Amino acid sequence: MKLVVTVVGKDRVGIIAMVSQILADNDVNILSINQNIMDGFFNMVLIAEADGSKVKLVDLQKTLKERGQEINVDIKAQHEDIFNVTHNI
Amino acid sequence: MITVDDIRETNDMITENKLDVRTITMGISLRDCAHPNIDKFCQNVYDKITKSAEFLVKTGEDIEAEYGIPIIHKRVSVTPIAIAADACKTDSYVPVAEAMDKAAKEVGVNFIGGFSALVEKGFAHGDRILINSIPQALASTDLVCSSVNLGSTKTGINMDCVREMGEVVKRTAELTRDQQALGCAKLVVFCNAPGDNPFMAGAFHGVGEAETVVSVGVSGPGVVKHALEGKKGADFTEVAETIKKTAFKITRVGQLVAREASRRLGVPFGIIDLSLAPTPAVGDSVARIIEEMGIESCGAPGTTAALALLNDAVKKGGLMASSHVGGLSGAFIPVSEDEGMINAVSTGSLSIEKLEAMTCVCSVGLDMIAIEGDTSAATISGIIADEAAIGMINNKTTAVRVIPVPGAKVGDQVEFGGLLGYCPIVPVRNQYSSDAFIARGGRIPAPLRSLTN
Repeated sequence: MKLVVTVVGKDRVGIIAMVSQILADNDVNILSINQNIMDGFFNMVLIAEADGSKVKLVDLQKTLKERGQEINVDIKAQHEDIFNVTHNI
Repeated sequence: MITVDDIRETNDMITENKLDVRTITMGISLRDCAHPNIDKFCQNVYDKITKSAEFLVKTGEDIEAEYGIPIIHKRVSVTPIAIAADACKTDSYVPVAEAMDKAAKEVGVNFIGGFSALVEKGFAHGDRILINSIPQALASTDLVCSSVNLGSTKTGINMDCVREMGEVVKRTAELTRDQQALGCAKLVVFCNAPGDNPFMAGAFHGVGEAETVVSVGVSGPGVVKHALEGKKGADFTEVAETIKKTAFKITRVGQLVAREASRRLGVPFGIIDLSLAPTPAVGDSVARIIEEMGIESCGAPGTTAALALLNDAVKKGGLMASSHVGGLSGAFIPVSEDEGMINAVSTGSLSIEKLEAMTCVCSVGLDMIAIEGDTSAATISGIIADEAAIGMINNKTTAVRVIPVPGAKVGDQVEFGGLLGYCPIVPVRNQYSSDAFIARGGRIPAPLRSLTN
């Protein structure tokens, strides 16, 4: 299963480090990262492979959400199929 | 491969434009619950519902979290109780409604539909008992929804039932007067009712359906409006194309949710209902789509044409995105549940007569309309007869869900709360009576299907 992780919030040091550490701790492998800063706002879309992971998606979502709140960024993790169905036939 | 722009667009549709899946509805057959003893029957109904739908809400919540798409309602529909309870030796089905209510609360759904009767051609034994039980059943339960199908294109209209339903609506309003006649918001009178509709209050599990089935109702008026905002001044070919593309995306999300729910619950997938279902929230309105097309306020001349285009384009776009389409499928125009409709009624641009015209081209009918409490039963029956005639002649589903709020007058506004919304009292032209017409009874014969002018 592939995951799409989106992160939005005010830029600061260590956002990517934190997100990638959480994913690594849960055996989720990062496939691609697209990130930019617009007007001081951090914006990232990360695609990852979770097949080797034992963590439940809802638990991973909860961890990302909570850790994101600590540094004032909004982190979403979604099953990639929601994007496949809306953009591919 | 999905791109970053695709991901942002989809998440914007969800967060900014209120894209959601409106409902996952599990249809459950109660035909094996029959028993002459009403208490035993109620126990069978309770057991069947709680066993079949035990994991429905949890499954819906899991899908919602994993895909990041809100699923607003999880609901249950059952075999019309007039059929399921027909063998009971009793003169009231109120205890059955109470058993349904208890079961719905146990499994955590927010409505249960199927306190229903199908009487388009005449009344069977159970139909009479059910219709007489409706007011008390709706007054003594919280989550039970009721519907009566009293006409169809193939059979004509049961005018005896039309007369009775005017009375039933009035009695229901009276028994729930301390809640602004909320009982009437849970009662739908249909012509050509589909047996696979997942939307309340009119959902029931049709007699031709499988043992259990999951169906999904999509939504997304905000997404369609947003797409049209980028098409200011474009001609109608482009407007229709834009709506079709948007409806396709919305429906694909519904199909994904339906497929997952079916797989996880081990229950066959029924249908996707391609409906634009509004809510009272700003940015989730069908009326605002019509206005985006260039009508200054919903109800002005051109509204019916705009709605016809919208309804048709939604179906064309959605059909290809789903393996099975059914239910009501179209645009809903429930007044109290649509912020733009409420506004249009308040400003006087939208009248009940214009709403009636709009029901000729949209998916349901006169829906969630609050009227003065002293409107007579015969006038309400007249409204029901008119809507049923539109459905019968045009070979489509039509329905009436009007709420005669006791004590309320034109100029007042009533609150139903939550997704049922709020509504100014809509004026009804009832200075002239329909009494003698409604008193006739009998059946309006089935219509001719050719020479259709």
